[in-house]
Amino acid sequence: MKIHEYQAKEILKKYGIPIQDGIAIDDINQAEATIDQVATDYNTNQFVIKAQIHAGGRGKGGGVKFSSSKEKALENAKNILGMTLITHQTTDEGQLVRKIMVAEALDIEKEFYVALTLDRSTGQNVFMISTEGGVDIEEVAEKTPEKIKRIHINPGQGILPFQARQCAYALGLEGDLFKQGVKLFMKLYKCFVDIDAEIVEINPLVITEQGQLIALDAKFNFDGNALYRHKDIVEMRDENEEDPTEVEAAKFNLNYIKLDGNVGCMVNGAGLAMGTMDIIKLKGGEPANFLDVGGGANVETVKNGFRIILSDKNVKAVLINIFGGIVRCDRVANGIIQAVSELDLKVPIVVRLAGTNADIAKELLEKSDVSLIAAETLEEAAEKVVAEVK
Amino acid sequence: MAILVNKDSKIIVQGITGSEGSFHAEQCLDYGGNVVGGVTPGKGGQTVIDGKVPVFNSCEEARAKVGANVSLIFVPPPFAADAIMEAADAGIEVIVCITEGIPVNDMVNVAEYLKGKSSRLIGPNCPGLLTPDEAKVGIMPGFIAKKGRVGVISKSGTLTYEAVSQLCGVGLGQSTCVGIGGDPIIGTKMKDLLEMFENDPDTDAIVMIGEIGGSMEIEAAQYAKDNVKKPIVGFIAGQTAPPGRRMGHAGAIVSGADESAAAKMKVMRDCGLHVVDSPSEIGLTMKKALETVKV
Repeated sequence: MKIHEYQAKEILKKYGIPIQDGIAIDDINQAEATIDQVATDYNTNQFVIKAQIHAGGRGKGGGVKFSSSKEKALENAKNILGMTLITHQTTDEGQLVRKIMVAEALDIEKEFYVALTLDRSTGQNVFMISTEGGVDIEEVAEKTPEKIKRIHINPGQGILPFQARQCAYALGLEGDLFKQGVKLFMKLYKCFVDIDAEIVEINPLVITEQGQLIALDAKFNFDGNALYRHKDIVEMRDENEEDPTEVEAAKFNLNYIKLDGNVGCMVNGAGLAMGTMDIIKLKGGEPANFLDVGGGANVETVKNGFRIILSDKNVKAVLINIFGGIVRCDRVANGIIQAVSELDLKVPIVVRLAGTNADIAKELLEKSDVSLIAAETLEEAAEKVVAEVK
Repeated sequence: MAILVNKDSKIIVQGITGSEGSFHAEQCLDYGGNVVGGVTPGKGGQTVIDGKVPVFNSCEEARAKVGANVSLIFVPPPFAADAIMEAADAGIEVIVCITEGIPVNDMVNVAEYLKGKSSRLIGPNCPGLLTPDEAKVGIMPGFIAKKGRVGVISKSGTLTYEAVSQLCGVGLGQSTCVGIGGDPIIGTKMKDLLEMFENDPDTDAIVMIGEIGGSMEIEAAQYAKDNVKKPIVGFIAGQTAPPGRRMGHAGAIVSGADESAAAKMKVMRDCGLHVVDSPSEIGLTMKKALETVKV
């Protein structure tokens, strides 16, 4: 789960990490008063208006504007709130800006990159630190990988002071800034573990002309499996930032991701679902979606699966591929029969059921009067469904 | 022989009084596995499955009283990490955790706890182990597999079933099928299992099924190049998966490696694995690979 910048900064602030502060609003009528408030609270007459969307690349897309006066700030707020922001991380249609942060402007001397995440290969958390901040870190990783320093933290002991010093040295910090850095890294690690974050990214971490080390931006991604113990974080969820069909699918315990093709897929298990998409492509088709109905495939999940797949108007045929282990194919077959008759489906449906009770399922499908295309193997199923859309 | 589990394994089920635990314990028992007990704290002294299986309060008790050496875990996510560590502390040799949805931080701690312990963890979030005709320790449908000499390693559940069924379709049985799980932190990686299968006299060849993300398949392939003589048929699911619209980039650059299906398949090919583009070619490709070896 992701949250907005202003929410991530609230969390950092709670942990005593210095941030570029400000106030988030979702109503342009609040803008003028908010700008006054920020001016008073942070003793400034320069501001940054920042679009609050989950995707990165907001600055390049025109969603972050420095404002040298209250009037400019208001003008920028009016322009940004309600705009559709297109960045390299949004869809081509872009993302509507429903919230903005009115932030204090800072005089920046240097920008760094700091992230904390899990290194799957070692099973340890790792700081990634670079003096090349404020830019696209993937580019740094590709062109100058030596400029990203990795510091692994042993989960048993947690972060040790010498490791926090390693992080601070990696940024070339000296004197008072060094002390600020050590404190910041100690606190950031504690924060990361406490809140069950998957990724914490501060890009950039800046040194101001006044000699302060401050988080100018913050992106958090949370471990979905751990959200049950973080009710306060769950409340920060903003469904407006998520794909509406995916949100709908999640309500029915379906894992759905929309793609650009025209062959809808309904499969049990993520690996087999990806494998099914792969074979459709190899046979000359284009998958329209990823849909994992999981281990509890029954009448309801199959029906909801169809609804979600067919909400995509590009879908010209559907392939159902179920390999029953715990899932019983006869139940899935009943689900298909019921869904096809109730939903008045117009597109051709290729069905391949294998595993537990597959024989009973085949009989059920043959006896029913719904029109389906049966397939024995994965290969045959993929060929048949691709032939339908050609 | 096979690997990890066989007919002599003494299996306990942690969480046996829960609905998942009791259902699958019975399935494992019906398959012919030696299920010697279950563990549910506070319910020691009871019996389950028509009085056939005794319940113990702890793994330690189960180990002491019935000599358990394999544990199958169906404990809910908030308590699963604790269950794994309890099993390891009791000296259970093979711990298979089926539970899906364990927080990553919990597993980071488990991985740290297991260092220096002799226990081997399979999973979590996996379908478990199946040594055909001997023991099923997990949730794989036993009837699709048959005894033979191909080892199967897979990140995915149902895709494993697909591969097993294709192998049987071309007349190849399996020595042991291992579902390793798809979580960021798992107990046993592909490389470890390649080593075990290479050393297993009952295994002639290996199927290795991976997915996009992580670098485990690449590490395994590089290991296989110099250390595994038996033929390996490989597949990576997710060639058509779109690059995720991730928020941060940190995850992608941790390893500094390309984690796409294409990149993994290339490394696997370069290391001498028989890589298939289509998941429907696993069985036939294995058959051909074995025929070449014999010549």
